[in-house]
Formats: sequence, C-alpha cells, structure tokens
Amino acid sequence: MARMKFLCDAERCIECNACVTACKNEHEVPWGVNRRRVVTIDDGLQEEKSISVACMHCTDAPCQAVCPVDCFYTTEDGLVLHDKDICIGCGYCFYACPFGAPQYPQEGAFGARGKMDKCTFCAGGPEEDNSQEELNKYGRNRLAEGKLPLCAEMCSTKALLAGDGDIVADLFRSRVVRRGGRPDNWGWGTAYKA
Amino acid sequence: MAGAGALNKRKKLMLWTSVLMLLAIFVLPMSGYLFTATQAEQQAEATNPRSDTWRQVRQGNEGYTAVQGRETNELIQGSGETWRQVRNGPLATYGSWLLGFILLAILTFYIARGRVELTHPRTGETVERWTLNERRLHWTTAILFIVLGITGLSLLYGRHVLIPLMGYPGFSVYAAGAKWLHNILGPVFMIALFTILVKFFRHNFINKVDIEWFKAFGGMVGDKHPSAGRMNGGEKVWYWTLATAGVALCLSGLVLDFPNFDQEREVIQLAHVIHLVTALVLLAFSFGHIYIGTIGTEGALEGMTSGQVDVTWARQHHDLWLEEKQQAERQNQQKD
Repeated sequence: MARMKFLCDAERCIECNACVTACKNEHEVPWGVNRRRVVTIDDGLQEEKSISVACMHCTDAPCQAVCPVDCFYTTEDGLVLHDKDICIGCGYCFYACPFGAPQYPQEGAFGARGKMDKCTFCAGGPEEDNSQEELNKYGRNRLAEGKLPLCAEMCSTKALLAGDGDIVADLFRSRVVRRGGRPDNWGWGTAYKA
Repeated sequence: MAGAGALNKRKKLMLWTSVLMLLAIFVLPMSGYLFTATQAEQQAEATNPRSDTWRQVRQGNEGYTAVQGRETNELIQGSGETWRQVRNGPLATYGSWLLGFILLAILTFYIARGRVELTHPRTGETVERWTLNERRLHWTTAILFIVLGITGLSLLYGRHVLIPLMGYPGFSVYAAGAKWLHNILGPVFMIALFTILVKFFRHNFINKVDIEWFKAFGGMVGDKHPSAGRMNGGEKVWYWTLATAGVALCLSGLVLDFPNFDQEREVIQLAHVIHLVTALVLLAFSFGHIYIGTIGTEGALEGMTSGQVDVTWARQHHDLWLEEKQQAERQNQQKD
C-alpha cells in the first residue's frame, strides 16, 4: 500500500486559496470550519512565501496520542482519520496538533465544541465507502472512487501535491534538481537590473 | 672558558627552540579557526531565503491568512507536541503512581495502626462541632469534588482503564457526559470552595500548638494526644493546600472551560498542566482527609453528619477548642 502524503511547494504557491475553496465545496464544510488554509509568511515583502496547510496525517500523530476516547485510527494508506461517533469534542487534539488541523463547529454556549472535523485526505470515515452517512459526517470519499484529494488535483500551479509519498517525493526532487538550488523566481534574477 | 660559554649559549638556544616548538604544536592547529571565523562572518550576512521562511514557520511566527478562526495565521505551533509528551508521559505516569502509593500507604497504616479509638468512654454529653450551614457547605463541596475527581480522572486514564471495560461506544457516551458534568460543575465547585476559604480563614493560622501537634504526628502514631484548637495542624495544612493548589486548580479550570474568549493554545496547554498537577495533589490529599474523617478516627464522622460530637472526643482531639467553648458557655450562664 502507498503511504499518502501532502506536500506544498512554497516556491510555487501563489496564495490563490483555490484549495481552500475546493475543499469547502467538495465536502460541504459548514461555516466556521476550514479543513485547509493558506498562510503567507512575510506578506508584502520581498521574501513573501505562501504555504497551504491542512492535516498532515502524521505517522506519530499528537492528536491520536492525546485523544481521551481514542477516536483516531491510521489507515493502510497512512491516513489519520477519526470516528465522529466516538469523538466528544474535548478539544485536546486541537491543543496538540502542530498544524491547527482539528476544527470544531460551535455547539452551545461559552464556545462549547461540537464533534471535531478535519481534513480526511478525501477519504471519508469509518462508515461504508460512499454511503450517505459517510457523506453527511465526513464529506466525499474520493479515494474510494479512485481519485486523489481535490485541493491538490485542482491546484493551478501544482504547488500542492497529494498522493503516494514516493511519487510525490520523486516529483519534488525533480523540481529541486531543475532549480539547481536557485529558487524559481527568487528576486527576479536580473529583471530590474538593466 | 670560551668552550663553556659556547656550551651555555647552545643550551639556551635549545631551551628556547623547545619552548617555541611546543607553542607551535598547540597554536598552529588552531589557525584553522581563524580562517573559518572570518569566512563565517561573511556567510552570515547572506542566508538562504528559503531557510529563512521555514525558520520563521518553525518559530511559530504569525503570517497572513484569509481564513478566519483561532490562530489560523500560525502555520506550525511546536508547543502542542511538548504538551502531549508532558501529559501522556510524566504527568499520567507519576500521577497514577502518586494516587496508588497514597492508597497503599493508607491501607498499610490501617492494617498496622488500626482505627484511632477514643481512649475514654463516651460521656453521652455532646457539643456542637459544625453548624448546619457549615455541614451543608462541606458536603456540597465534598460531593462536587468527588464527582469532578471521577469525571476528570476518566478523561486522563479512561482510555487505558475504562475502554477495555466499556468498549469504545460505551466509553464515548460516558466520557461525553463526564465532560459535560465536569464543565458545568467546575464553576459551582469553585464558588463552594471559595466560600469555605473565606468562611474558615480566621481559624487557620498555623501557630505553636500546631507545630507541637505535628511533632506528635497528630496523635495518629503512639498514644499521645497533642493539643489542638478548633482546627488541628492537619486540618490547617489541608486548608492551605486548598487555598493554594485548590485556587490554582479552579482558575486554570476556568481557562479550559471557556474557550469562547479565544485563548491561545499555549495558554490552554499551560493551564491544562497546572490543572492536572493541582488536581492530582488535591486528590492524593483528599484520600488522607477522607480516611481520617471516616474509618480512621472513631467519632469524627458524626461531627460532620449530625453536627454534634461527644465531649470525650472533643477533649481527646480538640482540647483547646473544648475549653474555649466551655468557658464561653460559663460566661454566658453568669451573664444570665
């Protein structure tokens, strides 16, 4: 089985937020919940870089380790998914996650959390593949349809890569070799020097 | 003479050459550092811009994001992994050791020493130890403490202890209820505890009598009956534990209970660690408190249930308080 991975090429991401929008639309994610977001470092400066981030499906996932009800499971593809029927909305996974991936719909007063929602790598949940129940709880299961995550599939600059870790790594390695250590567009070379 | 002078000169020359050679052996290999030091200075000015970006990300610097929500502009927060290691590692491990050790120690003590009995027969005459309001306050706080303790421990250890017993769906239902109860009852407990702290504040200054009380192990070991006022040394230490760890427990609980104020994750992680440590300390202490108040001491529990204690019990455990009380009564009678 393949080990699924996300990779965002910071040299290519143009902060168009299409991945964010595609994800929200594909899974009908409610208001206030964002499974993916684009963060721009040094916005407006010469060093500006944008990176798209969601659940990174860690091998040793902190969310999984701290969950009091043990609702997370790792699939054969190396994806970290969770069971919303077990989740109690305690928020621990959000405290532990380095990427801010777990999200909660607000339920009740004083910011009480509902059941956690996060990126599923478009692989749904523990319910039967492509069942109505799975759709309602986790959104589409594109992997069961033989497709890859929509955010990466429709990335216009192919900055965001998703799929078999070996293939993703080969693709990225070929880019790095071609760049020869130089950023694709760093400092615009000699554009304004003449 | 000329020959001896030449020999001396030669010896001197040899000495200086040896010193120079030794110096060179130590100093010359270090000349490499001189070279790299000047080189590094030049390199430091031109860092790899891509490394700078990822360095910023790793340091948790805030960027810009169009997505609204809590700390969405922070790409990576590193403290969560530290929190996980601390919670799942030492806190959970040593916490269970602490509670287990205290229980075992109490059991051993009970087997070895047995109940602290009344040394004189009961007189049948009683004095009021706790008023109705004080008893209400005590039992409200006590019941809340026990419910909060059980629900809180369920969130920390339930995954290892209760899931094997109840299964995943069963424990999930219980844990959801436990979380809800813990969140609702926490602030109520805080009000009850703070009322106790204010109400009994003036009785809990530690004085010389208490130090003597501790030297005699509170009469728990041996047959001595150390003097005590209304509160004995042990009760005072319990009071000050509640006044410090208990207050910290309540305040850190508020940080966790009300996420609607958008506290940052680092604040929540710190509050959670404080909440865990203080809760474990108070639980360990409460085991001792419950033991001494129930099966550990003959006649102690009736004071907190009926409010009345036998004069014999009062003389044995709180002699100074009994004297004070009897003196006040006599004065009242004289006035009448």
